Amino acid sequence: MLERLMDTAVVWPVAVPIATAALTACLWTRPRAQRVASGIGLWAMFAAALGLLAVVVRDGVQAKQFGSWAAPFGISFVGDPLGAALVAITGLLAVAAGTFGLADIRRRQERAGFHPLLHGMLAGVNGAFLTGDIFNLYVWFEVMLITAMGLLVLDRTRAQLDGTFRYAVLNLLSTILFLMGVALLYGSTGTLNMADLAVVLPRLEPSASLTVASLLLLCGFGIKAGFFPLFFWLPASYHTAPITVSALFAGLLTKVGVYACFRVFTLVFSLEGTGIREIVAVIAGGTMLFGVLGAAVQWDVRRILSFHIVSQIGYMLLGLAVATPAALAGAVFYIVHHIVVKANLFLLAGAIHRASGTYDLRKAGGLMGRNPLLAGLFLVPALSLAGIPPLSGFWAKLMVIDASFRGGAGWLGALALVVGLLTLYSMSKIWMEAFWKAPVLPRTRARPVPLAMVLPIAALGAVTLTIGLFAEPFVEYARMAADALLDPQAYVAAVAPVLPPEAR
Amino acid sequence: MNLLYSFCIALLAACGVYLLLSRNLLRTVLGVALLSAATNLVIFFAGRLGFTQPPVIVEGEEVLRAGAANPLPQALVLTAIVIGFALVAFASALVLRTYRALGTLDGRKLRAAEALGTPFSDGGRDDA
Repeated sequence: MLERLMDTAVVWPVAVPIATAALTACLWTRPRAQRVASGIGLWAMFAAALGLLAVVVRDGVQAKQFGSWAAPFGISFVGDPLGAALVAITGLLAVAAGTFGLADIRRRQERAGFHPLLHGMLAGVNGAFLTGDIFNLYVWFEVMLITAMGLLVLDRTRAQLDGTFRYAVLNLLSTILFLMGVALLYGSTGTLNMADLAVVLPRLEPSASLTVASLLLLCGFGIKAGFFPLFFWLPASYHTAPITVSALFAGLLTKVGVYACFRVFTLVFSLEGTGIREIVAVIAGGTMLFGVLGAAVQWDVRRILSFHIVSQIGYMLLGLAVATPAALAGAVFYIVHHIVVKANLFLLAGAIHRASGTYDLRKAGGLMGRNPLLAGLFLVPALSLAGIPPLSGFWAKLMVIDASFRGGAGWLGALALVVGLLTLYSMSKIWMEAFWKAPVLPRTRARPVPLAMVLPIAALGAVTLTIGLFAEPFVEYARMAADALLDPQAYVAAVAPVLPPEAR
Repeated sequence: MNLLYSFCIALLAACGVYLLLSRNLLRTVLGVALLSAATNLVIFFAGRLGFTQPPVIVEGEEVLRAGAANPLPQALVLTAIVIGFALVAFASALVLRTYRALGTLDGRKLRAAEALGTPFSDGGRDDA
C-alpha cells in the first residue's frame, strides 16, 4: 500500500485538491461539512506534498505517464527537486491560509464558493509545478487563472469588479501569448513534452520561429510573474481581494510564472547565445527597482506589500540573469523563502486590519502597546524581507548578490543592495505607523486578534526563523535543485522519451 | 495557400489587438476572443496544411501511413477552444456585473480599485 502510494507520489499533490474541490462543491449548501472537508483536504494535500518531497530526496526525480502513454505521446508528470520543494511550500502555505481563513472568511464569502475555488486554484498551482508537458502547463495556468478570478470577486464589490477586470484581461493576454509560443514551438519541433524538447531542440538550427516562440513564452510568463514593465495589473488588483486570498496569491501565483521561466529557460531553451540572458538581466534590474519605488509612495499596507512582490520577483530573476550554479541555487532558495515571508506579511496585514480596523497606515497606530505579540510576529517576516541577519531573507539575498558579483553582473548586485535598503524603508514605515506611533483615534478597548489568525502567522514566522538559523540543509537542497536545473540529464532520464531523436 | 492563411491569421490578430486597446470593456473582451481565435488557428497551422489523408490507421497495421494528416493539433485546438470559451464567458459575466454595479462600460471611469487604498489624501474621488 505504502509502496504504491510512494510510486505514484507525483500525482497526489494534484489529485487531492481536485477531489476536495469536487467534494466541497457538492457540500455547497452544508457549510459546516464543507469547512471540515476543506480543512481535511488542505492537510491531506500538505501530507501528499511532503511525501513527494521525501520520495524525491530519497530516490531522485520522479516521473509518471498518464494513461500509460509513453512519453512523448502522453502527458508526463515530473517531480524534480525544484518542483517538489515548491509543492511542499505550497502545501504549507495552503494550510496556514486555510487556518487564517477560519477567522477571516465570512459565511457570505463561503456561499460565493470560497472553498471549491481555493482547492481548484491549489490544484492548478501544483499541476503547473509538476507537469512535464508544455501544453499541459498552459492548461494548469488556465485552471489557476479562472479559479483565481473567482476568488478575486468573492464579495463582488465595485473595487473587486474593477480589479478583477484588470487582472482578467492582462492575464488572458499572457496565456494567449504563452499558447502562441507553444504553437510555434510545436510547429518547429513536433513535440510538446519538455524532456523530449530538451533532447530535440539542441539538434535544430536556430530559426526565426524558435526565437519568436522563446520571446512569446518570456512575455507570457513575464505578465504572469509581474516582470517590469508588465507588472501593472498586480498592484491594481491584489489589494481588492479578501486578505486570505491576497496572501495566497502573493505567495503562489506570481511564483508559478517565475517557476515556468526557470523551467523553460533551463530545460527547453538555452540561455546562452540567444540573447535571453541579457534581456532577463535588464528585466531583473527594472523589476527590483520600480517595484520598490512604487511601494515607497503607498500608505495602504496591502498596496505596499503588492509592490514589494514585484520588487522581490527581480531578485529571483537575478538568478536566471547570472545563470551560474551559485546564482540559480540562490534564486531557488529565494523563491522558497519569499513564498513563506510574503504570504506571512499579507496575513499580518489582515491581523493589523483586525486589530486597528484599517489597512491605511495613516489611520492606524498604537499596536505596539495594545498587541505586543503581534508586533513581535511582524518583525520576523518584515526584517526577513529586508534581508537582516540571521533571518532567511539575509541568506537568500547573500546568495544571489554574492553570485551576481562573482558572475560578472556587478551592477545588478549593487542595484540589489540599494533595493534592499529601500525595502527596509518600507518595512520600517509599516512598523512606525502601525505599531510604534500613538493611535490616531484613541480607542477605549482593544480589538482582539483571534487565535486562528495568530497561529498561522506564528507558524510561518517559525519556518522563517528555522530557515534563517539552520540554513545549511536548505542551502544544500537549493544547490541540488540548481544542479538539476542546469544539467537536465536526470530529468530527461526519468521521463525517458521513447522515440530516438533520429526517428523524426 | 500558406501565405493567404497566415495573412488571415495576422488580420484576425490585428483586429483582436485593436479591440483589446479599446476603452469599452465589452470590446476589450471581444478583442480577447478574437486573439484567442487567431491563436487557435496558429496551433492548427503548426500541424502543417496540405492535401492529406484522414489520420485513420488501416486495419491490420499499427502506425499511420505516410501522407496522413497530423491529428494532434486538432486535439490541442479543441482543448484551447473549450478553455477560451470558458474564460470569455467569465469575462462577459464580469463585464455585465460591472455595468450593473457602475452603470458604465467606459474604462476611464473604472476607478474603484485605485480609489481603494490610494496614497492621496483626497481619496482620489474628485475627478470621477
